[in-house]
Amino acid sequence: MAHEGVWILAEQEAGRVQRVAHEMLARGRALADKRGCALTAVAMGSGLRDDDLRELTERGADAVIAMEAPALEHFLVEPHAACLAWLIQKRRPEVLLAGATTTGRTLLPYVAVQVDAGLTADCTVLDIDDETGGLLQTRPAIGGNILATIRTPTHRPQMATVRPHSTKPASRDRKPAPEGGAGMEKRIERLAAPAELLASRVRRVGFAAAEEEQSLQDADVIVAVGRGIKRAENLPLVREFAEALGAALGATRDVVDRGWLSYPHQIGLSGKTVTPRLYVGVGVSGSVQHLAGMQTSATIIAVNSDADAPIFCVADLGLVGDLFEVVPALTVRLKALRTG
Amino acid sequence: MHIIVPIKQVPETNAVRMDEETGTMVREGVAAIVNPLDLYAIEVAIRLREAHGGNVTALSMGPPKAASALREAIAMGCDGGVLISDKAFAGSDTWATSYVLAAAIRKLGNADLTVCGERATDGDTGQVGPGIAGFLGLPVLTYVSKVDAVADGSVRVHRLVESGYEVLEADLPCVLTVVKEAADPRLPTLRGKQKARRADLPVWGPDDLDVEKDKLGLAGSPTRVVKIFRPTVARQCEKLPAGSDAAIAAAVDRFAALVRERGVG
Repeated sequence: MAHEGVWILAEQEAGRVQRVAHEMLARGRALADKRGCALTAVAMGSGLRDDDLRELTERGADAVIAMEAPALEHFLVEPHAACLAWLIQKRRPEVLLAGATTTGRTLLPYVAVQVDAGLTADCTVLDIDDETGGLLQTRPAIGGNILATIRTPTHRPQMATVRPHSTKPASRDRKPAPEGGAGMEKRIERLAAPAELLASRVRRVGFAAAEEEQSLQDADVIVAVGRGIKRAENLPLVREFAEALGAALGATRDVVDRGWLSYPHQIGLSGKTVTPRLYVGVGVSGSVQHLAGMQTSATIIAVNSDADAPIFCVADLGLVGDLFEVVPALTVRLKALRTG
Repeated sequence: MHIIVPIKQVPETNAVRMDEETGTMVREGVAAIVNPLDLYAIEVAIRLREAHGGNVTALSMGPPKAASALREAIAMGCDGGVLISDKAFAGSDTWATSYVLAAAIRKLGNADLTVCGERATDGDTGQVGPGIAGFLGLPVLTYVSKVDAVADGSVRVHRLVESGYEVLEADLPCVLTVVKEAADPRLPTLRGKQKARRADLPVWGPDDLDVEKDKLGLAGSPTRVVKIFRPTVARQCEKLPAGSDAAIAAAVDRFAALVRERGVG
């Protein structure tokens, strides 16, 4: 039986399908349409909600496979990988996509080994090759200084992870199905996970929520603060600006190394990679290792007193001035816009 | 405890020159360093040895000059190093690399823990840690920000995820990939450097490992790079002076307009 179909991993946490699943549906739909095959969303969890699964079909999935067991409630690599590998081996998809989240970046390489598949991480562009019908996977490397296009010639499925927030989530189509059943009937399949797949040598014994309300990777807007802030005592003016903008707060390595903000705030090569719709750098010079973590943001604005700061090379708008004057002025304007 | 730390030698700088004709990267003349996140893995491993006894072996798959990365690891405090090197391994993708490293770890035998850096700064995939665990048939804990304790045949860690920290407990043996927060890497000592200079580093090739030849190198890699190119810099930076009050006011106007135009905030 030949491999067929595009699958996306509909990542879930504690029973709720995550937004990244809708982003993957957008990517998957484009590929399935070009390849002329069906798009299936695969969710593994516990207590998955009917409306979440139906929403996957409303946002583009032709079919949904929901595999459930209490042991799948939170991500643990062994039971999730065993279930996904089992499904792959039974149903033989040609392509499998997942968000490049902490889950996706752990689950997919583990499964790729189990099912002997090729995997490309952190893709920014996915396409179907006109001649071969194969998946063309383009991704940044060397801190984003080059792009590489990769193929998986023979191993199947062709697997890829896609950076979260780099795709507009698939829109919701509320139109009813056409009369006469001309299209494919949308199918939601609930399966109980086979017990022998659920063994885990890892146990979750606790969880501590992040101190910030908004996680950097989920944020649409990020304000990043750099060494230009000079002292930890000056952070409140940046926090106020971030709050007025509705932004999550990020930091450069310098700020984290000095202990002004904790490590989860760090953006860059040895921190997080973010792709928000808007990134505003305040007192950030733009070292190569920091740019690697944010230069694919949709819109980049920077405030720095040095007109030659490297951050301006990747910015759409640069404000060259003293941040202690400029940022409060921006905050005042943003607050006026909100109340006005 | 027997702890293994796979490390990678990477280019020091991310400023890369390209051979426009062949579409390949030019690596000659660029200094090589130990992948920064591997330093954190080495530190975590050494601290565990200090607490529990045993030994730490560094392992690297690469060209002959990768031996210098292993010597740096020994200078920091690893007990020994093994280089996996042969033309047959050239062009390996992450699948083929994980396959070979797992075979080397199996040959070393009896590892309680394999500790990797979360990703390498050149390839930037983060796939080899989980890949090694997959081939060894062991659980992997990724994004480890803290190793809390090792006791009774299990390890407890904090794992950094998008929404916070998970506290996980895993049976040994297992594989960890660590992030920066996990430990501050120590500097090599003078004695360490002397030991590193004298260290005998075995070099293993395909015949020394239990591997299938058709799973090695470029030919054994499921993925192939089709082309490499520079991203086109699409942005033109509109640089506005924001020195005087008037200039700041104008700059703030432009900021507000751009934010509105781009549909954010």
